[in-house]
Amino acid sequence: MFEHTIGKQSNKVKNTVERGAVKNFAEAIGDPHPIFIDEETGRQSPYKANIAPPTFPRVFDYGSIDELNLPSKGLIHGEQIYHYERPLLVGEVILCYTEVKDYYERSGKSGDMGFLKVKRYGTDFDGGLIFSEEQTVIITEAVRKEMKV
Amino acid sequence: MSAITALQKGDSLEPVTLEPVSRIDLIKYAGASGDYNPIHTIDEEAEKAGLPGIIAHGMWTMGNLAKLFTPYYEEGFIQNYSIRFKGMVFLGDVLTLHAVLEEDYEHEMAFNVQAVNQNEEAVIKGKVVFSRKVPTY
Repeated sequence: MFEHTIGKQSNKVKNTVERGAVKNFAEAIGDPHPIFIDEETGRQSPYKANIAPPTFPRVFDYGSIDELNLPSKGLIHGEQIYHYERPLLVGEVILCYTEVKDYYERSGKSGDMGFLKVKRYGTDFDGGLIFSEEQTVIITEAVRKEMKV
Repeated sequence: MSAITALQKGDSLEPVTLEPVSRIDLIKYAGASGDYNPIHTIDEEAEKAGLPGIIAHGMWTMGNLAKLFTPYYEEGFIQNYSIRFKGMVFLGDVLTLHAVLEEDYEHEMAFNVQAVNQNEEAVIKGKVVFSRKVPTY
């Protein structure tokens, strides 16, 4: 039911790697390391600044794809892949967008399931890739039935 | 703490055992990540979804697992981090984080990583590729 969204991309959205957001996030995953939080430690590190934890890109706004209307409940997160060209620096401004990579359906024990692969990107202002994030979301038959109603 | 680059194939990073998962952990993660799906914080909503109780965000567990590598950012950074979500994490579960060096290439080190619960079941499982090339800024 999402086949028609394959290849669709969102608009690019400007995002800032905010110091306060990085600190809250690092604390929420139990990793309040000075490399993420302490300015002096950041300056003296090889990165010359504080960096963000690898799973931080969760918080960014990636824009929206009109054709892709996912329910807010009942989805199962199957897989998650991050790729980094370099760590994200606290304070930098990046561009983020999202793309539907694939959608297919399979029959399983609990009925027909849909597998949606969505890839998100963070780039600099010259279009150079900083990171990508690929997730596979499983849409169960129960959820798909509800959506058709 | 010794250097990550001193590890040999088959060596492990020091495992870390987390405090039992608490509701406040998940409320904090919901706030910090912006993922407010109520099955992670509100009992009634979890039950409506057919769950025995609230479950941790998969991304909370994935975020925690990455901290095995945090002490080594002087030597490099996480270039690839891939995870499959295998099992649910409930309140009170005690997770232990593991990383074993699987392959050592010229510039990259590939680790098998997982978080296991108190019953030794893997709840998330995957790979970390740690790049030894610190980028220039």
